[in-house]
Amino acid sequence: MTVSQFLVLGALLFSIGIYGVLVRRNAVLVLLSVELMLAAVNINMVVFGADIGDLLLAGQVFALFVITVAAAEVGIGLAIIVLIFRNRSSANVDELDLMRW
Amino acid sequence: MNWGDWVSDANNIVFLVLALVMVAAAVRVVTSPNVIHAALMLVVALAGSAGLFLMLGAEFVAWTLVLVYIGAVVVLFLFGIMITRAPTGRDPVRLDHARRWPAAVVALGTFVTIATVTVMYFEDAPVEGAVSRSADLGEVLFDRYVIPFEAVSFVLLAALIGGIVLARKDPER
Repeated sequence: MTVSQFLVLGALLFSIGIYGVLVRRNAVLVLLSVELMLAAVNINMVVFGADIGDLLLAGQVFALFVITVAAAEVGIGLAIIVLIFRNRSSANVDELDLMRW
Repeated sequence: MNWGDWVSDANNIVFLVLALVMVAAAVRVVTSPNVIHAALMLVVALAGSAGLFLMLGAEFVAWTLVLVYIGAVVVLFLFGIMITRAPTGRDPVRLDHARRWPAAVVALGTFVTIATVTVMYFEDAPVEGAVSRSADLGEVLFDRYVIPFEAVSFVLLAALIGGIVLARKDPER
């Protein structure tokens, strides 16, 4: 196993996530694509940790922190989406232009 | 390292299978016309990344991923989908933008940039999946990383309270 093969897979998943964020119109699906990008970052973190091989296990600890923050992000994000859906009966990000100047 | 040497390692075959499954699932997440299928395909992609973590010896992270993501986050997503849409079948409103190629160009550019830079730096550097014990991880987490750990727990508490405040109905109305 080489470091590069994991990093290329991570880059591929990350760019698929970017495509999803840009192309999807439903807010829940945008959040799903963000999760995909965070999973790609986690792969990179763990591979870097295995590559460095330090006693502090920094890569794995950071991956755990990313997982935790992602869980918090999903909770808040879905609460906001539910709120928007309740007020405007649509979760389409194209229609959310309230804060556009 | 040429292709023959690479593929003769059994680990790499496992990696290749996992990678193909993950990429196929990820593509379905961003292209599926059905919202529920997209959420379920995310489960497959995340399970694949948990498999990669097991290959790299990061057992605790792998099982945390299974518990937190597949167990909790995806269920939350399914609830979100069901709340924001009564019929769970095909959406009458199109889920994707009509113009996809600018997004595809951006994604491809990102992939080429990241992949070339990282491969140029790491080249053939080997990585072995030395298993790290969960006990060691717990020890550093509560010793060296205790301040970030507390900060993250505070973030979770704030997210919990924020989620409740945002999602409940206004009692005055």
